[in-house]
Amino acid sequence: MGKTINIQPLSRIEGHANIKIHLDDQGNVDKAVTHFNSIRGFEKYVQGKPAEEVTRIVTRICGICPWHHHLASTKAVDACFGADVSPAGHILRECMQNMAQINDKILHFYFLAAPDFVMGPDADYSVRNVIGIAGAVPDLAKQVIKMRQLGQMMMEKFAGKVIHPIAAVPGGFSKPMSESQRQSLIKDTEELFEFSKYTIKYAKEVIFPKYLDEVTTLGTITSGFIGTVDEDGSLNFYDGNIRLMKPDGSYTDFHDSQYLDYIGEHVTDVSYGKYPYAKSWDQGFSMDLEDPKGIYRSNCLARINVCDQISTPLAQAELEEFRNNFGRPAQHTLLYHWARLIELVYACEKTLELLQNPEITNPQTRLDVTPSAGRGVGHVEAPRGTLIHDYTTDENGMMVSANMIVGTTHNLAPISMSVEQSAKMLIKDGHVDEGILNRVEMAVRAYDP
Amino acid sequence: MPVKVAAEWLNSCSGCEIAILNLGETLLDLLAELEFVHIPVLMDHKHYGQLGDQEHIDIPSATVGIISGGIRNDEHLEVAHEMRKKCDVLIALGTCATHGGIPALINSYDNQELFDRYYSTESTDPGAAVPTNGISPLLDRCYALDEQIKVDIHLPGCPPHPDNIAQAVLALLNGDAFEPETKSVCDTCPAIRKGKGNISTIKRFVTTPEFNPEESLDQMQCLLEQGYLCSGPVTRSGCSGANGESPRCIAARVPCKGCYGPVKQDGNQLLDMLNALASNGIDISSIPDRDSLLRFSGAHNRLVCHKGGLK
Repeated sequence: MGKTINIQPLSRIEGHANIKIHLDDQGNVDKAVTHFNSIRGFEKYVQGKPAEEVTRIVTRICGICPWHHHLASTKAVDACFGADVSPAGHILRECMQNMAQINDKILHFYFLAAPDFVMGPDADYSVRNVIGIAGAVPDLAKQVIKMRQLGQMMMEKFAGKVIHPIAAVPGGFSKPMSESQRQSLIKDTEELFEFSKYTIKYAKEVIFPKYLDEVTTLGTITSGFIGTVDEDGSLNFYDGNIRLMKPDGSYTDFHDSQYLDYIGEHVTDVSYGKYPYAKSWDQGFSMDLEDPKGIYRSNCLARINVCDQISTPLAQAELEEFRNNFGRPAQHTLLYHWARLIELVYACEKTLELLQNPEITNPQTRLDVTPSAGRGVGHVEAPRGTLIHDYTTDENGMMVSANMIVGTTHNLAPISMSVEQSAKMLIKDGHVDEGILNRVEMAVRAYDP
Repeated sequence: MPVKVAAEWLNSCSGCEIAILNLGETLLDLLAELEFVHIPVLMDHKHYGQLGDQEHIDIPSATVGIISGGIRNDEHLEVAHEMRKKCDVLIALGTCATHGGIPALINSYDNQELFDRYYSTESTDPGAAVPTNGISPLLDRCYALDEQIKVDIHLPGCPPHPDNIAQAVLALLNGDAFEPETKSVCDTCPAIRKGKGNISTIKRFVTTPEFNPEESLDQMQCLLEQGYLCSGPVTRSGCSGANGESPRCIAARVPCKGCYGPVKQDGNQLLDMLNALASNGIDISSIPDRDSLLRFSGAHNRLVCHKGGLK
C-alpha cells in the first residue's frame, strides 16, 4: 500500500468535508474517499418543541440557504395544523425565496467557483480566491460585492432578517408589503436582473470556452436527476410535484407526501451524512463508477434537466441554447456552473413577475392557525436541491418527530463518485501537484455543497 | 503592514461567514488593511499541507483569529487549539461560538439518542450502523469555545449584524479596547411599553399581533405586553446594528427568541426570563416548552441530558 493524500478541509465549499486519496505502490489511485463530517441532530432536538417555533430553528441547518429551510418547514407545519394559508402570504414567501436564490447564485459563482476559472486551476492558493480576483479584475469584484450586498439588504429591509429569517409563519407571512416597498424592491431586482444578464454572457463568452476540456471530463458521472416542476412541467422553486428522472431521461412525477416510496437513504461507515438513492428504481445502492445503482443528482443541473421548460422568456432561451449544446439530460458535472446561471436569470425574472402581481401588497398576509395533531410534508427547491421536511405533531401541535432530506444530501453519493472519477483520471504514476488536487476539488465545487 | 487574519468554522452553519460578506463595500475597505492567511470558506489553505502529506495540523500565525461555531468533535477541538496557539487575539464569532447556539440543543440528549434517531428515520435503510471510519468522533456534548480555549472577544449574534463585526475589527486595527454591548434587546426596541400588561398567560405565536402595517414600530405595543413570549428582556442587544435601527425580528412583527444570547456573557436566559415573567404575575406554566428559552445558549451546562431521569 502506498501513501495517502489528505485534502482537508475541502475549501470554497459551504460545508465540512475532506477527501482521502489512497495510492497504490505504483502511485496510482487505489481509492478516493470523501468524508462528510458534520452531524448536528436537528431531527432529534426539534422533538418536543412547539411546531411553529421549529420554522425558526431549522434555519440553522444552513446559513447560506436559511430561507429555503424556513419555507419548507413552514409548509410542513401548515400541513400538520391543517392551516389555511393567506394567498398573499404564499406570494410573499415565494418572492422572498426567489430573491434568496438570486443571492445564492451570485455568491457561488463569483466567490466560490470563479477563482478556479478567472485565476486558473493552477494559480497559487494565495491568489486563487475572491481576494485574488479583487486584485486582478477590481472593477468586476467591486460590482460583484455591491450586487450581492444589494440582494441581501433588499430582503433584510423588507423581511427583518435575511440570514436566519423569521417572517414566514404558519398561515402566511408576518407582515404585508407596502406599495413603496414594492417599488423599491422592483428597482433593486431590475438592477440584479441586468447583472445576471451580464454574468451569463460573461461566463459563456469569457469563462466556459477556456475550460471546455475540464467541462467535458472533470468529475463526469452518469446519474439520474431530481427537481420540482409545476403542473405543466415548468421549473418551479416554491411548489409543485417532485420529478425523478432516470439516466435515460424517462421520469416519474410524485407528490412530496409520497417521497418515502421513491427515496431511501443509505448509510456508509465513512460519512456522518446519509446517501439518498432512488428506492423506486428497485436496483439498490451502488457508487460503482462503471455500474452505479440508484444514483441521482439534485441542484441546478438536475432541475434544468428535469423541467420541460422554463416559464420566463430569457431563461427559456438560455435553456434552449443549453439543450442544443448538451442534450437532455446533460451529465457533465461542470455544467452545474452553466445551469446555475440559467437559474440566476430565471430567479430574477420570476421575482419581478411576483412583484408585479397586485396581490402581493394585499394587507391580509396571515391567517390565524390552531396547533393540532397531524403529519405534514413541506418541500421547496433549495439552491442545492429538493429540500424535504416531514413533521408529525401531537394534539397540542408539539413536534413528535421530524425527518429531513436536505438539498446537498442528495448529492453526497454523486460527489463521492465525481471525486473518485477525477482523482483516478488525474493522478498517474505518483505524479501529484497542487493544481491536480485543486481540480479534484473543482469536481466537488461544481455541486456547491 | 496589513494585519494577518486566520478564520475557522467549527460546529456551524456558515451564516456568520455570510454576515461577514454582507459588510459589502465596507469589507472591500477593510480588505486593504487585512491579510487573510487562512479561511476555508474563501481560500484553499489546507490543514495538512497543500499536498495533503503532512502529519500534523498547521494553520499560519496571525494577529487576529476568528472562530465561528461551537466545539462538537475531536477535529473541532484540535482546530480550536491550533487557532489559539497561532493567533494573538481570538474572536468568538456568533452565538454558536459564544454560547453553543442552536446546535447546543443537542445537549438535552446524549450521543446515543442522537444516533438512534438520525440513523433510523423513516427514509433511512434499516439496520444502519453508526459510521466510524475516518470521521471525527463526537465529544460528549456541544461546547462553547470558552469552555475549551481562552477567548479574547465574544461577538454573539445568530448571525452577528455586520456592523458588530466591523466595529470589533476596526477596534482591533486601531488598537482600541472592544466594548461589548451591555444593553438588552428591549433597551433598543421602539415598541410601546405601557407598563404592566393585564396578561396572565403566554400565547403561542400562531395568531397575528395587533399592529398597523402602515405605522412604524414605535406605534406598536410591545409583543410581550400583547402576551407573546418575546426574549427581548433577557437578550443582548446588537441586532439593530450601528445606526439605531429596530431589532430585526421585531421589525418583521415577530418576537425575539434570544439569538444574541444572554445580556451578560454568563447570564442565564431561562432563569432570567422566568423571573421576569413571574414578577409580572404571568403564569410560567403557560410556556409550552421552557428549554426553548435556552435554544441559543445551551452550552456551559445550561442544557443537560436527563436520560432516564427527570424531564
